[in-house]
Amino acid sequence: MVPEFGQFALILAFCLSVLLATLPIVGAARDNALWMSLARPLTAGVFVFLSVCLVVLGYAFVTDDFSVQFVANHSNTLLPLQYKITAIWGGHEGSFLFWTFMLSFWMLMVSIFSRSLPMDFVARVLGVLGFLAAGYILFMIATSNPFDRVLPLAPRDGADLNSALQDIAFILHPPTLYMGYVGFSVVFAFAIAALLSGRLDAAWARWSRPWANMAWVWLTGGLALGSWWAYYELGWGGWWAWDPVENPPLITWLLGTALMHSLAVTEKRGVFKSWTVLLAILAFAGSLLGTFITRSGLLTSVHAFASDPTRGVFILGFIALTVGGSLVLYALRAPLIRNESSFSPISREVFLLTNNILLVVAAASVLLGTLFPMVYQAITDNLISIGPPYFNAIFVPLMALLVVALGFGPISRWKKTSTAYLREQLTMVAIAAVALGVILPLVITLEFSLTVTIGVSLAFWLVFAIARDVYNKVANKANRWQALRGLPANYLGMQLAHFGVAVMIVGVTLTSSFSMEKSVLLTPGQAIDLGDYDFQFNGTQPITGPNYVGDEATILVSRRGEFMRELHPEKRIYIASNSPSTEMAIDSGFFRDLFVTLGEGRESGAWSMTLYVKPFVRWIWLGAIFMVIGGITTALDKRYRKLLVRDQLRRETEKVPPAEPQRV
Amino acid sequence: MQRLKFFVPIAVFLILGVLLWRGLYLETTELPSVLINKPLPEFELENVYDNQLVAKEDLPEGPFLLNVWGSYCLPCLAEHPTFMRLSENEVIPIVGINYKDQQDAALDWLETNGDPFAFSIMDHDGRLGIDLGVYGAPETFLIDSNGVIRYRHVSVLDEQAWQNIFVPAIEELESEES
Repeated sequence: MVPEFGQFALILAFCLSVLLATLPIVGAARDNALWMSLARPLTAGVFVFLSVCLVVLGYAFVTDDFSVQFVANHSNTLLPLQYKITAIWGGHEGSFLFWTFMLSFWMLMVSIFSRSLPMDFVARVLGVLGFLAAGYILFMIATSNPFDRVLPLAPRDGADLNSALQDIAFILHPPTLYMGYVGFSVVFAFAIAALLSGRLDAAWARWSRPWANMAWVWLTGGLALGSWWAYYELGWGGWWAWDPVENPPLITWLLGTALMHSLAVTEKRGVFKSWTVLLAILAFAGSLLGTFITRSGLLTSVHAFASDPTRGVFILGFIALTVGGSLVLYALRAPLIRNESSFSPISREVFLLTNNILLVVAAASVLLGTLFPMVYQAITDNLISIGPPYFNAIFVPLMALLVVALGFGPISRWKKTSTAYLREQLTMVAIAAVALGVILPLVITLEFSLTVTIGVSLAFWLVFAIARDVYNKVANKANRWQALRGLPANYLGMQLAHFGVAVMIVGVTLTSSFSMEKSVLLTPGQAIDLGDYDFQFNGTQPITGPNYVGDEATILVSRRGEFMRELHPEKRIYIASNSPSTEMAIDSGFFRDLFVTLGEGRESGAWSMTLYVKPFVRWIWLGAIFMVIGGITTALDKRYRKLLVRDQLRRETEKVPPAEPQRV
Repeated sequence: MQRLKFFVPIAVFLILGVLLWRGLYLETTELPSVLINKPLPEFELENVYDNQLVAKEDLPEGPFLLNVWGSYCLPCLAEHPTFMRLSENEVIPIVGINYKDQQDAALDWLETNGDPFAFSIMDHDGRLGIDLGVYGAPETFLIDSNGVIRYRHVSVLDEQAWQNIFVPAIEELESEES
């Protein structure tokens, strides 16, 4: 009976979101205050009923209700409780429900934190989001209902959750990524509301900035978690594979990053307005494309959830309606937009424009590489495979240029910056960065590598430019420490995130250049060395877990003859699905990771295994952590709230006609 | 003219949309494999009949076919007559990989349907399958005399696929080697 409640709640949520998608928007067009005021209660209703759906599905998992098809396919009586709950997003139907629930959560947040925005604007934003929610829910009801039953012959036990997904990073990665994806729908809704109302001033940019920053934070976190999960769970020692399903979040991230910066220019200077709107639409399109690629089976990949053309057709139709519709709206409304100010060829505007161009070109080339095999097949009927060499050859130089521009951006001034000023500020920075980039790797590794030199120089360039800019801000103050703490959160957050970029560059460069790996077959007692490290294999022992059995190896690691620690990689067989899985053992450190994955055991007791040394690999995720903290800091800036109040006051004074002098 | 440039995004989007829509209906069973032109991975697995260990060295001197099958696999029955014909006429040796199967069930299946394989090895845990990048049974690999994977066929290998794909591919191999 309980799953049917979920089904009812889903249908009710659909009805409410259809109302939400229509009444408030029509109300806003006709200036009907009652219809507009329905937006907030309807939003709350959608959220409540989708929460009910989620709780019901969770209940079905926890109580092992295998009469529910989705539970039977993704759970098992032996599955530990926490994985039963996270199995909700372990498959197509459930993860779509979760995705839609998150959209309703963002909608609720918008309806709560928009008290100071004009009602017609709020009605339009929530209406657009309601339209998206209606589309997603209809998709679930029509093609992928998580509450579908297998009655009367319910299976006695479930097929189990894919073993690679039984892991802490998997508990966190999809929700974080979805939050980011869905967050960009909010910015999209703001842009569409602005287009609909025809009020494309700087105000909509200011209202959407905190939302864009928060969506970006989630997406950054989601990508980093995904890469971390791939790194230690899949056991091939990689952290990014240019997989067709990894690419759409990256495309969205690149477009979202461009959007964040373009919103800043639009808000502060009133230029790039139509471009910013277009970026908001594109970032949203990126997030939908991600859904389409994962859910349609269009591209074959490790992530592919479901291959079903009807699902693909539905999502494609939805994309055509939303993205196509908004691009038509854009084409009709954008010519009306007027820029409010001008700028000279060397100014912060231009550096931010450079940033935007580079990011969008990067996003376009990743998109091209992802879709090209399919497009090629559609045209010529031949197969082709595009691998990391293409992506690296295009992406890396673009990002290097971006980092060069990134050094100039924050230090330059709005409207006009003199070359003399830039030279004075940054000449020493550039010299010091290149000098350290050449000398440091040379001294430490005793060999010259151009890639490493460029990477390290870029990182130092960024760090020194940030330091210089922060120093400029506090140099003339009496108490510099206090002045530093008094800098606006927006500014500090930006510099923190930029610093994260530098940290990540170091990680990526050094890991890519200095990693070592060796595949070997070792008999118990045998040892092998890799770099400075020595790995001794001391045999395996059988182990039994809650829902798996396997072998655990003991490997003694020593460095230059000195014992460091034991590593215990495992090879597991998950009982319910009879699928093997390898659990690598990692010795992680600030400057390097060591890890071992077990391959196959032989009759003789010998095991094949792969050993890795990965210098500075943690810095990749450390950089992402800085970016996330920086992004949160900017979104929390008090300025947005103050300005909201100011906007509100201004509107109220505009509405009320000037009071006539009272006659006594 | 000024206004027209704002229609560029929607135009690009429409082209992309048509391509994506076409893409949905493409044949995606034919997968480019990263293992093409790479040597077979090392393995050591048991023979399905006598549990004797079989390693890479025990495989026939190519060219030969490596067929992934299972007793649970219905499409495998569809391609079975082709393999029976190939083995009866001694066209090419075929080695079976009994993929994620139970030994009893596999032996029953061979008993009932006939055994076209030189021998079958049991990949009970699917480990060799992982190394080969197998998606599921049936799949067939063409291996040359150097033990290098030359072609991967996903799904049923019927007479049509044999004539259209494998015959030319094997002819090419033979002309290369002679």
